[in-house]
Amino acid sequence: MRTRNSIRTDLARVRGLGSAQSGTHEWWVQRVTAVALVPLGVWFVASVISLAGADHATVVDWMSMPVTAVLLVLLLAVTFRHAQLGLRVVIEDYVHNEAAKIASLLAVNAILALLAAGSIFAVLNLAFRG
Amino acid sequence: MSSDRSAMRGITNRPLSPHLQVYKPQLTSVMSITHRATGVALAVGTLLLVWWIAAAAIGPDAFAQVQAFMGSWFGLLLLFGWSVALFYHLGNGIRHLFWDAGYGYNIENAYRSGWAVVAATAVLTVLAWIAGLVVLGGQG
Repeated sequence: MRTRNSIRTDLARVRGLGSAQSGTHEWWVQRVTAVALVPLGVWFVASVISLAGADHATVVDWMSMPVTAVLLVLLLAVTFRHAQLGLRVVIEDYVHNEAAKIASLLAVNAILALLAAGSIFAVLNLAFRG
Repeated sequence: MSSDRSAMRGITNRPLSPHLQVYKPQLTSVMSITHRATGVALAVGTLLLVWWIAAAAIGPDAFAQVQAFMGSWFGLLLLFGWSVALFYHLGNGIRHLFWDAGYGYNIENAYRSGWAVVAATAVLTVLAWIAGLVVLGGQG
């Protein structure tokens, strides 16, 4: 039903993209990454517990196993995407100055991208070192 | 005055956020903001995760530094906080996914699932640390 005060056209409502032109895409990606993080997170916590107090060689052996490397890369990629979307919403809610908002969004994106690329590179480096 | 009010109601004909200053804290609202806080904390906590992985790739000396830090009282405190935040955000995140799917919206169920998440956070945190200590003990 069209609300009394809506000035949006019927076509805009059907497309459902809103003012950002991306519709519910980011909201949906937040949920998809959340679902993926349930098994990945449980696997990672169980692995870390089993590695409690382990020395460098043991941890490197574990990290460079193919299954571990693949799951770690997935965990890192999905975690940082989920964090990016979550922090974005928090910043958009609390930072009201437009310049400060855009600056903090860019800064957070840059930091998360560096952390994601750096940590994934480290895992692949270990895995391919043989 | 009343005409002003109905005009305003026309513009804001949608749910509005409560004014927190005059709002009595409830389990549901406290858990909602805690979900956000733990999410931000976990995002910051990824620094620890990245440091751990990078140090493993760099070499034994760098890795020994991480191990020493994680084993210090401050490192253990951070790890404990990280585990509480993770289990809370995991449990409450699943609660949110059920809401997204359209289940558990009525007040009674929202409180029931809320307390379940609080209990699960406590139980999982304690179990994880007991398991960690058992693994540590097994090596000694």
